[in-house]
Amino acid sequence: MADVTLSGVSKTFGADTALSDVSMTVPDGSFVVLLGPTGAGKTTTLRMVSGLDKPDSGTVKIGDRDMAGLTPAQRDVAMVFQQYSLYPHLTVRQNLEFPLKSPILKTPQAAIDVKVGEVAEILQISHKLDNKATALSGGEMQRVSIGRALVRNPAVYLMDEPLSSLDAKLRSDLRIELKNIQANSGATLLYVTHDQIEAMTMATHVGVLDNGKLVQFGTPREIYENPVSVYAASRLGQPRINVLPAESFGGAPNGAVNIGLRPEQIIQGEGEDSTVSRVERLGDQTRLHLIFKGHDIVTVTDAHTRLTGGDIVKIRPRNPHYFDADGARVA
Amino acid sequence: MSFSVTEPTKGTKWFSGILVVIYAVITIVPLLWIIATGFKSPADSIAYPPVVFFEPTLEGYVNLFTDRTRATAEMLEEAGPPQTWYEEIARERGTVISGPSRYGERFLNSVIIGFGSTALCMVLGTAAAYAFSRFRVPLKDDLLFFILSTRMMPPIAVAIPIFLMFRNLGLNDTHLGMILLYTAVNLSLSVWLLKGFIDEIPMEYEEAALIDGYTRFQAFYKVVLPQAATGIASTAIFCLIFAWNEYAFAVLLTSGTAQTAPPFIPNIIGVNGKDWPAVAAGATLFLVPVMVFTVLLRKHLLRGITFGAVRK
Repeated sequence: MADVTLSGVSKTFGADTALSDVSMTVPDGSFVVLLGPTGAGKTTTLRMVSGLDKPDSGTVKIGDRDMAGLTPAQRDVAMVFQQYSLYPHLTVRQNLEFPLKSPILKTPQAAIDVKVGEVAEILQISHKLDNKATALSGGEMQRVSIGRALVRNPAVYLMDEPLSSLDAKLRSDLRIELKNIQANSGATLLYVTHDQIEAMTMATHVGVLDNGKLVQFGTPREIYENPVSVYAASRLGQPRINVLPAESFGGAPNGAVNIGLRPEQIIQGEGEDSTVSRVERLGDQTRLHLIFKGHDIVTVTDAHTRLTGGDIVKIRPRNPHYFDADGARVA
Repeated sequence: MSFSVTEPTKGTKWFSGILVVIYAVITIVPLLWIIATGFKSPADSIAYPPVVFFEPTLEGYVNLFTDRTRATAEMLEEAGPPQTWYEEIARERGTVISGPSRYGERFLNSVIIGFGSTALCMVLGTAAAYAFSRFRVPLKDDLLFFILSTRMMPPIAVAIPIFLMFRNLGLNDTHLGMILLYTAVNLSLSVWLLKGFIDEIPMEYEEAALIDGYTRFQAFYKVVLPQAATGIASTAIFCLIFAWNEYAFAVLLTSGTAQTAPPFIPNIIGVNGKDWPAVAAGATLFLVPVMVFTVLLRKHLLRGITFGAVRK
């Protein structure tokens, strides 16, 4: 177990900038989630740490060791690939044993059997151990690929959207399981996702990437409550933060162009009129789609609300975020 | 993977069935004729009109494997009664067996040269194809085109330079020379075929293996090779068939120690000129190794490219 430090890491592929001057420290024993849309540089960051790609400039350190020139095997990292990458000619068991049998670890067979059994139990794949890797469903493949990382005890785990193709039930089970494993073993985990629930529930730290730049790094609460930009703010929160012209409500500070309102920043029943355009009943919560001075707003209301389309609701902001023309936070 | 969703009509099925049968007959009849000729007597083998039903004899096979001399009545008397069934067959023609023929050696030469060049071709071809597939090789496209271009003329077009080169290098009529020659001819094809197969294997497997603690060579050996097995097997069959059947260079460059079976078989001389049953017997046996090799690797040929556990 060790911390991971990236300093000034840049990487281009041809004309595309994948990462530009990314610096961050993944503290020892932390669970860091990288958030961002496709192409933001999340996977590239993992590949820099794993050694599968080399940065054009900047350094990657694991613990106190500079990783420059070290092969992936020498870095002692485990990685879960988005595309599973199970060895198709091997069985599930052989896939899970593969890292333990590497020339670096050379684990005795008895220890391998114990470890593989344990991990298979956690991932609910014990009954599939003797199947060919190609004879599994997508969700099972993904679990095996997580298992192939979990059998090891590396300096850092790297996971690239490991839960993306699981069904909802299994995903929430594994979310808890992964978090438990990480918390109990004190493992350092660098985790890529675009699922904000995964980010909020598992992360000790969240890094928000935008076009190859790390725009914010902090605890999930910090990023939720204190985003540095519209972009960072819209990464977290369901429904998403509403962005309206700053003058919509008045009282905007100097330089503010837009106002950002999360549902809890909208007080209902006071202030100015808005029209209900749609009511979405999700069961535990009800979402209210409002039209306010020609702008769409989505907020949350009482689950048993009697409001329907066409009704008028008064709203006013409470402690909103203000952003300037570039989307940076003003207040 | 895509499947045709429309079921062919009955008429289409019949039509294609008949086409396949015609094709099968056209290709199989000569083969059956050769096999049958091997069991004919010399008279039956050149009979006109051709004999379809005949009394089978092993004379052709005996003649293939033995050298015989014509014997006078006294010599036969002296030799005593025939000890073995094949001596008996020879005696019936008034000959005695003087020793084994060269066929065994020539056959063995074919095996050494054919399988040797195929093995060498696979080792070099796989390594080159892997490099072309995975690494940034300077002038990659030009190199690949150059490699392919070596196959654009018939190899025999350069027979004379090769003959002179082999003479100067002392490679004439050596196993090594023939192995090198057939490897050189086959290598372009195998690099291209194997590169195609290796391109199909997603890079992620090797990356996973690198992270799992293996070196690149180990990853190649443990992960890429098993998945390229299909491609290697089918490429090996192509190479073997070429090396095994090659005639022109074999005639030109081998005469004794390294002579392969193809130049030897047609020149088997019997009592009255060409010994056709023996030639046919030699050809029949010559078919066996390639057939066995192909059948052994059939599984790989049919299986096609592995569909891997990588999400696309």
